[in-house]
Amino acid sequence: MTETITPPPVEARPAPVLRGYRFELVKLLSQWRIRVLLLACWLAPAGFVAAVSLQSALPADTVFGRWMHATGWAGSLVVLDFSRSWALPLLTALVAGDVFAAEDRLGTWRHLLVAVRSPRRIFVTKALAGLTVLLLLVAGLAGSSIAGGLAAVGDRPLVGLDGHLLAPGDAAGTVLLAWACVLAPTLAFAAIGLLGSVALGRSTMGLLLPALLAFTLQLAQLLPLPVAVRLALPSHAFLAWRGLFTGPAQTGPLLIGLVVSLTWAVVATASAYHLFLRRDFTDLTYEGSGRRLLVAGALPLTALVVLTFAVVTGTTSAGGSGIERTKVEGSLATAYAHLYRMQTRELHRPDVTEAQLRATAACDKGGSRVSDEGPGNDWRCVVSWHLPGATAVGTAIYQLDVTADGRYVADGDGPKEVNGFFQVRTPTGDAPNPLWQFDGNVDLLSRVSKD
Amino acid sequence: MHESPAVRGRGLRKSFGDVVALDGVDLDVTAGQVHGLVGPNGAGKTTLLGLLLGLAVADGGELEILGTPVGRTLAVPDGVAGFVDGPGLYPSLTARQNLSALAALRGYDAGRAAAVDDALEQVGLTDVADDRIRGFSLGMRQRLGLAAALLTRPRLLVLDEPANGLDPAGKHHVHRVITGLAADGTAVVLSSHRMDDLAVLCSEVTVLATGRVVFSGPVSKLAAESGELDYRLLTSDTAAARRVALDTPGLRVPPGPARDRRPDADVLVVRGAVPAIEDLVVRLVRAEVAVRELAPVVAPLEAAFLALTGTGPTEEEDGS
Repeated sequence: MTETITPPPVEARPAPVLRGYRFELVKLLSQWRIRVLLLACWLAPAGFVAAVSLQSALPADTVFGRWMHATGWAGSLVVLDFSRSWALPLLTALVAGDVFAAEDRLGTWRHLLVAVRSPRRIFVTKALAGLTVLLLLVAGLAGSSIAGGLAAVGDRPLVGLDGHLLAPGDAAGTVLLAWACVLAPTLAFAAIGLLGSVALGRSTMGLLLPALLAFTLQLAQLLPLPVAVRLALPSHAFLAWRGLFTGPAQTGPLLIGLVVSLTWAVVATASAYHLFLRRDFTDLTYEGSGRRLLVAGALPLTALVVLTFAVVTGTTSAGGSGIERTKVEGSLATAYAHLYRMQTRELHRPDVTEAQLRATAACDKGGSRVSDEGPGNDWRCVVSWHLPGATAVGTAIYQLDVTADGRYVADGDGPKEVNGFFQVRTPTGDAPNPLWQFDGNVDLLSRVSKD
Repeated sequence: MHESPAVRGRGLRKSFGDVVALDGVDLDVTAGQVHGLVGPNGAGKTTLLGLLLGLAVADGGELEILGTPVGRTLAVPDGVAGFVDGPGLYPSLTARQNLSALAALRGYDAGRAAAVDDALEQVGLTDVADDRIRGFSLGMRQRLGLAAALLTRPRLLVLDEPANGLDPAGKHHVHRVITGLAADGTAVVLSSHRMDDLAVLCSEVTVLATGRVVFSGPVSKLAAESGELDYRLLTSDTAAARRVALDTPGLRVPPGPARDRRPDADVLVVRGAVPAIEDLVVRLVRAEVAVRELAPVVAPLEAAFLALTGTGPTEEEDGS
């Protein structure tokens, strides 16, 4: 009699997600490059903010840079503005752009597949581990810059982008919220990094894809694009956080930016997942495929831009560049009134309220032959205000440099005793006259009735 | 008593675009057997090993691994371990960290540290357990790859060139581990270009050429496929030995000017099948010619491999 020994059929058991996630995290954190990045993100911003805050010359060309003497919260926003331009795209490239390509470089895909037994779980754990490291890096940038600012200057009120003062508690909350908001576009570019890493294998292009895309979009943002196109790009949320620092907050562009960024993150991640599950892991010389990236990545994302453009155009008042004369006048008058009160306090004059001042502005762009809309450094505005008990109307002239993203720098052009350069006494020492030069932000989506 | 096969493949086919990697391959490996997979480069060995490890799925045919049919998705039953194209290890981690991570992924909790230590000891890497493997030699990586496979207590072990880069001591170590596993009932499928390794380790071999099986069976049968072989013969009297060899039925003494220029010009090369060689030895003894050395110029397995795969030397290269 013969007997057949049949081993019990055993289903393949994929490795638990938590263990796979831990392994991916260990691999990432064992790389010297990631360690250096973590160290830099957790230490460098504090040193930078503390050092710059104690200098006589401040980075006034960066939004909030001119207030680094005045409050510890401004330094973190300067780091945030610098990070959204350079640091965050590079970080997403170095972390998310390499998380899959590293296995190609080391030739470890087969080992990993045999160990984990589920390409799906490998994708999930790698994406989660990359996300975790990115969050650690962003948390480092935020925490370190805040700590450096508070240690060097202190927990003082922050001047917003419409000139109003945010109490330290409000400043803290708003600064943290601003950092949280840039996580959305960071996720979008991280997803682009995953897509490039999956589609292009060990190719350097896979690593550089998020950074290249971010810099390209950054250049595009400098152009006078229609506001609906601007809002349809995933990089818009890197700028839209500035709207949190006006009263009321410019939530429209911010919310659209967040939704667009998160949608990009989802679509790019789904494309990367789709490509990953169809990859042939027996090919050790896999160098990726530009055609796959085009079909599975670029086309869906381009379609997303077109769709977003259509939705924004159809559901909002977005039109043209979003920078119109009435918006500029309203924003400038509001900022002027808030900063006038600040100047009054610093010069120890009797306090006046914004309502009493009844500040208005009249702006013109480039003379009578140029339409009063759009970005440019040829805006010229006359601000008028009233003082209680006085019949005369005060006027001050400003030259405005308005950029395509809605930010402007107002430069006082007289009279010099009002908006000229002179030092005023502040709680933190002497500082330039707050009405001399200041930043503002035009809400690209707001509706203002034209005169 | 019949043991169910650890691997049973029928008519396996796999193509990459226009390239046919496997073309109707059959494979049977039973528990406790060390099965060799040989073939020239591009024969389909790696593809076949990849199917066994669940790294790829066949386009056609049937494959059962450890009694479980393999479907059309990337999956393989528990109990299978191994590597192809070298072990995949992470250079920024230590040997111990590499193995611990693997054990954790496989869900081993209790006694994980002891299992890792045991696997490292089995392959002789205990002394470098806490070194980052960035500085490991190829041989050390091969042994660590084997340790990684051992850690999972496999019932089917798939190894691609496991002796690659190993020094004689390391090779001996690896051979001992493989034979020990087979003795405990583990089926081992290994590929190698070293026919001497296969002769020592394998009970059966499958020879692949251009994606097809050209031989499958016991090693002894493969050796018999070699037919006539060249043998080096060193005797006390070369001239007398040549005369005896020429008189021996079924034996030839190929002219070899190239050989005559060798430093060991006293060596005679004779060509024939095993019975003729045995007859020659008897005749030499009768003629009172002492036989100092008699060995095949090319090992029988290698000769059979070259003959079966059509990769042997041409007649011109042979000099005969």
